[in-house]
Amino acid sequence: MPAEALKTTPLKDEHLKLRAKMVPFGGWLMPVQYSGIVDEHRTVRSAVGIFDISHMGQFVVSGNAARDWLNRILTNNVAKLGVGTGQYTFLLNDRGGVIDDLIVYRTGDEEFFLVVNAARVDEDFDWLQKHKPPHLELRNCSPHFGAVAIQGPRAAEFFRAWRGNDKEPPVRNQIADFTFSDNAISVARTGYTGEDGFEVFFPAEIATELWQDALATGGKFGMKPCGLGARDTLRLEMCYPLNGSDLSPDRNPIEAGLGLFVDLEKQDFIGRPSLLETKTKGARERLIAFKMKEKGPPPRPHYPVFADGNRVGEITSGTLSPSLNIGIGLAYVSAAAAKVGTALEVEIRGQKFPATIEKKPLYKKP
Amino acid sequence: MNVPDGLLYTESHEWIKREAENIRVGITDHAQAELTDVVFVEIPKTGRTADAKEAVAVVESVKAASDIYAPIKGTVVDANKALEANPALINTDPYGEGWIFVLKIDNPDDLKNLKAAAAYKQQIA
Repeated sequence: MPAEALKTTPLKDEHLKLRAKMVPFGGWLMPVQYSGIVDEHRTVRSAVGIFDISHMGQFVVSGNAARDWLNRILTNNVAKLGVGTGQYTFLLNDRGGVIDDLIVYRTGDEEFFLVVNAARVDEDFDWLQKHKPPHLELRNCSPHFGAVAIQGPRAAEFFRAWRGNDKEPPVRNQIADFTFSDNAISVARTGYTGEDGFEVFFPAEIATELWQDALATGGKFGMKPCGLGARDTLRLEMCYPLNGSDLSPDRNPIEAGLGLFVDLEKQDFIGRPSLLETKTKGARERLIAFKMKEKGPPPRPHYPVFADGNRVGEITSGTLSPSLNIGIGLAYVSAAAAKVGTALEVEIRGQKFPATIEKKPLYKKP
Repeated sequence: MNVPDGLLYTESHEWIKREAENIRVGITDHAQAELTDVVFVEIPKTGRTADAKEAVAVVESVKAASDIYAPIKGTVVDANKALEANPALINTDPYGEGWIFVLKIDNPDDLKNLKAAAAYKQQIA
């Protein structure tokens, strides 16, 4: 895609000022790194990092029985959400394949806030629009919102210093409103790194002011700006899937090992029959986490994976883990091979390197 | 970015140092800064021959694998084994300890196809 066709976030100029390396991602021009992926990764594991996630999409769904409708569209059980709480969930196609993975927050009795992947905003919106009853209101607020993720063990400490000691931050998976510079901002205790942290949603107009202010306050907690590179290595150590790599319209959440976020007890939701079938018959392939046995070239997407000399699958995400200092990844492999402890081989440029299937997550806090 | 005057350069960001009938090859300061965090280097086997612009080594960062090319036709006579244990030498000393391989060149005239420092500086400006 030519550079001029890429969308930019309201923080683009801030990234350029910080000399970030900018790359295309999901139709957006985004910072991949500032000080370096490994340095940013370690900052999030040991202190606190701030990420521009303004490229992500936000929808608001409201109206009478909005909850019941969302429960027929999403896999997790929306009925379990109290007001001010969110859950990770999937939007599936009729075959049970993943259109998107997202977080749905209940922000009122019959009002919901959905945070979706950047590259899927239009597709998700069209799907929801097509399936929604006419009386429900569905708004795509993505262009009006900026967002940052503030992640790391010092995130809570930072937050109190930033918003005032009298302001208690929301607890895990909760969302609450705060004010910044006379504007309402929404703060959720969620993230994609495996660390404590927040995702903050705000009007796009105050993006620059909020970013600069957060970095100024964050300095004494060791805060650094972090890019998509570190976001990817952090999520991969936790085995959090990336839609478009580990999830796709041809894979369902059961195959991806994410059945925890699917409530098959619900009477009806789009994709349920396919998931039931997978559950009953067993998946043909499963998404497993693996770790290389020795130092060597990092595993990468699309490298073939072997067990007992037979090709059993392909890598969907792979990198050198900055925390473990060894190659790690996710791969779909045939169900027979998909057991923790199984010895695998990853073929890299014609040569095979040993790996082992590991329990998820690959990284556990020391 | 550091672009030493005495070296030759390629469009694909290799530097070349003439050593009698051999050339020593690495990647430029600009290239290492673009890659950052080099985590693995696959060095070529000595004795292998290569055509100009043929991939002979691989430098991998956290994010991506990049091919490194033979700047001109020749035979690999030495490769930097220190990079296997310490790939970050490419980041810390790209023109020194971070060299990648030495090529015995077939025809010194081929060196005319390479860029001088000024032309490479212009390329990365």
